[in-house]
Amino acid sequence: MSFSVGLATGLYAVSFGALSTLAGLNIWQTMSLSLLMFSGASQFAFVGVIGSAGLSGLTSAVLSAWLLGVRNGFYGLSMSPMISPRGFKRITAAQLTIDESVAVSMAQDSEPNRKRGFWLTGMFVYLFWNSLTALGALAGEAMGDPKSWGLDAAAAAAFVGLIWPRLKDLISTSVALGAAVIAVVTSLFLPAGWPVLLAGLFGVLVALFLKERD
Amino acid sequence: MLWIGVIGASLAVFSWKILGYLVPQKLVSSNRALHVSSKLTIALLAALVGVQTFVSSGHVVFDARVPAVIVAGVLSWLRVPFVVMVIISGGVAALARYYLHW
Repeated sequence: MSFSVGLATGLYAVSFGALSTLAGLNIWQTMSLSLLMFSGASQFAFVGVIGSAGLSGLTSAVLSAWLLGVRNGFYGLSMSPMISPRGFKRITAAQLTIDESVAVSMAQDSEPNRKRGFWLTGMFVYLFWNSLTALGALAGEAMGDPKSWGLDAAAAAAFVGLIWPRLKDLISTSVALGAAVIAVVTSLFLPAGWPVLLAGLFGVLVALFLKERD
Repeated sequence: MLWIGVIGASLAVFSWKILGYLVPQKLVSSNRALHVSSKLTIALLAALVGVQTFVSSGHVVFDARVPAVIVAGVLSWLRVPFVVMVIISGGVAALARYYLHW
């Protein structure tokens, strides 16, 4: 299971690599994001904001990536008691704490399998994600004008693909619609990138306000 | 400049990842926090969809990106694999630009 998850995630990586170089990052910066940041949604957000706002959007690109990393914090909390890494192993475990490694781990039925699921998935994904980012980055650099290939639309499509599995209930879908409207409307008068962060704040407020309903 | 952003953002994301392994569990884990985190993620991703589709340099523009995103939604609903969905959606925009001059 770890292997096939790793491979499937690699296909996302090709899209990321291409979109990143088309957004204006060079191959080394693209590869660094996959090696160091190693978290799909955050990576797509970072290059997405840079792609549409350029360097002036750098601050909000960093902030967007950071905020999308919040769930990784919760993953670490759930994995920590089981893995109990010591010293340097904590850094490795942390780096590999992503959607896929946690999901595969939690799908296992015994503790040894959960540990194995986490580490194997983490390592396979890391391998495939980074090698296929390189491939995508090279493909992206070989292409000419991003717009004539529809790459700006492809970035929007990538975000649709990332959000789709999360729209499982009415509240989530409503939050998504509200956030999108807020972001688009505030784009008319706020500097690029900030509308996205404001929309994030909206999501937080809704969640805090509606907690009793759950 | 961009490098500072790349390194900074990577460290920022890592700070979340390592937090779970450094903080005693009793301190931070509640259903409410999970709920907030999930809605934050959804809101950010949805905002990115909105901005990437409709915004161009501070203006709201309806162009070839709109049909592409509609197609993306349909293909996602049909569980088409991610990379295929992205390529087809990009293709829709490219064709709309080429043939319809959107």
